[in-house]
Amino acid sequence: MALLDIRNLTVEFKTASGWFRAVDGVSFKVDAHEVLAIVGESGSGKSVSMLAVMGLLPWTATVTADRLQFEGRELLGMSKRERRKIIGKDIAMIFQEPMSSLNPCFNVGYQLTEALKTHLDMDKAERRKRAIELLSEVGIPAPETRLNSFPHQLSGGMNQRVMIAMAIACKPKLLIADEPTTALDVTIQAQILDLLLKLQRETGMGLVLITHSMGVVAETAERVSVQYAGQKVEEQPVRGLFKEPHHPYTAALIAALPERAHANRLPSIPGVVPGQFDRPQGCLFSPRCGFATSLCRVEVPPQQRELGDALCHYPLKNGVALGHPGKGEAA
Amino acid sequence: MTADTVLIARDLARHYLVSRGAFRQPATLKALDGAGFTVKRGRTLAVVGESGCGKSTLARLVTMIEPPTAGSLQISGHEIVGASSDTLKKLRSKVQIVFQNPYGSLNPRQKIGHALEEPLLVNTTLSAKERTERARAMMANVGLRPEHYERYPHMFSGGQRQRIAIARALMLDPDILVLDEPVSALDVSIQAQVLNLLADIQERLNLAFLFISHDLSVVRHIANDVMVMYLGRVVEYGSRDDIFRNPQHPYTRALLSATPMADPERKRERIVLKGELPSPLNPPSGCAFNPRCPLAFEPCPVLRPALLAHEASLVACHAVNKPEATTKAA
Repeated sequence: MALLDIRNLTVEFKTASGWFRAVDGVSFKVDAHEVLAIVGESGSGKSVSMLAVMGLLPWTATVTADRLQFEGRELLGMSKRERRKIIGKDIAMIFQEPMSSLNPCFNVGYQLTEALKTHLDMDKAERRKRAIELLSEVGIPAPETRLNSFPHQLSGGMNQRVMIAMAIACKPKLLIADEPTTALDVTIQAQILDLLLKLQRETGMGLVLITHSMGVVAETAERVSVQYAGQKVEEQPVRGLFKEPHHPYTAALIAALPERAHANRLPSIPGVVPGQFDRPQGCLFSPRCGFATSLCRVEVPPQQRELGDALCHYPLKNGVALGHPGKGEAA
Repeated sequence: MTADTVLIARDLARHYLVSRGAFRQPATLKALDGAGFTVKRGRTLAVVGESGCGKSTLARLVTMIEPPTAGSLQISGHEIVGASSDTLKKLRSKVQIVFQNPYGSLNPRQKIGHALEEPLLVNTTLSAKERTERARAMMANVGLRPEHYERYPHMFSGGQRQRIAIARALMLDPDILVLDEPVSALDVSIQAQVLNLLADIQERLNLAFLFISHDLSVVRHIANDVMVMYLGRVVEYGSRDDIFRNPQHPYTRALLSATPMADPERKRERIVLKGELPSPLNPPSGCAFNPRCPLAFEPCPVLRPALLAHEASLVACHAVNKPEATTKAA
């Protein structure tokens, strides 16, 4: 049984100008001992889908899913009280901006022991001992004195370590890291990624890594799910994804990386991610896709089961768009 | 100096006095401490480093927002240290800057057309009609449509806003464009569009770029020369190929190895640096990198290494410049 099993998750927001669908029929599974990366540009719904799992979306959001199960238990119908027993204990999350996710009014020790107080039966001395243990586990020097520090007294990298310590406080089975290193410097990013992977290996938890950086994906993930405009467009093991992407969007995204460039100009993707008012009919990527035909613009593409679940009429195989009528008709 | 060299800096420094309360002496923060470089027309110098290394201070000096504390800076053949305010005013139009965050650098209440015309209004005597013409021509140059003239910044995506910021920087026909992390706030697919635009502009207008970034894969793509900085000092300076193929300074090596590469097949030995950046208010003695350096030995905490020629690059490191000493220490 998968740790987290999501089928056909849809999140819609009620806005002043109507409903906006941020996540559109996303499905995936995460097992224990596994690192899954969700990659996509801003607006692709990668954070929102994970916030839906955590139940942290505002009231304007409507979450529907055929299945949203954690360890076989359905999360959606569950009472709030019941769900709070899982959230923060068995499923924990790390956010992008450590500086703004920590409460500036409370010291590190207080924020760290809060989860222990809520979820575990520990007295004050035990909690303090565990907090020191956690801080040294995430590599913070002199943890005893750091317990009394406030977030503004620590650097960004140190704050992110505190966030990680908070997340792993109750030994979660699933850790969701939402862009954990985006706000950090390169050398600190390397330290934090190493720490996350070390903890994941040691505890055997499942790790969901949300990121927009293909470099981070390549170096950390085992399996990758690519999202575009709220839809999952492809899912593959990491090697396959970089070697042979099946969806034209993934292929274009990888080709647009400066480090892959051979020429002076990068093969860029024209246009921008569609927003609330310019959502195309049919395939959402069709206005920017080099392979798009009249079929793509009208009909919603099928999921190609054999080819990395690519959501495409003409999935790429060995660099060829299967079933494509040819360049002449493509225009 | 050849006519092509538009920017020459020698021992450029900028120190700030930081107040530490009423009863203590203010401390000196050496944000930039002795940087030297040259940039030619049509070439790109990339400045690389982590936060606090002085790269944004460098941008503020080159754009003449602040005067240097020491050293000399020549822009288009004119020395700016000790120059009259008239000369400075003329020179300022020769150096323009594009900032990192296109959401913060455009006035939300100003239409795009007016934002583009404002540099002309302030610095030239062109008529309103001529200004509008130039603004429209520049919009076409950077790939904006004519109808965008009347729009406000919030109606644009990040990539388009960065195009507007680039167009605004080009309005006064500068020699040097300072690009302060111009693509780090953008998505990959948009980043490629903006990088291509920058390459087009450089080719067409023969501009010198000072490209400030922490993203080494972007730097590798766009730069001709690379200057690596650490805590206000240059640690390595050389051509792009030398720096990336054969990095000398241990910090450059660590930075290169820490940058994630989009290639899962490549298993590399990653040099993970211990510790964090020290406070620039109280930098380590000797070589500022010595507490985190894997090659550190006796002279490092005592003596500050000079920037010396080693192979094809300039490197500031005792271990690199005296290889026999390293083996002894090891």
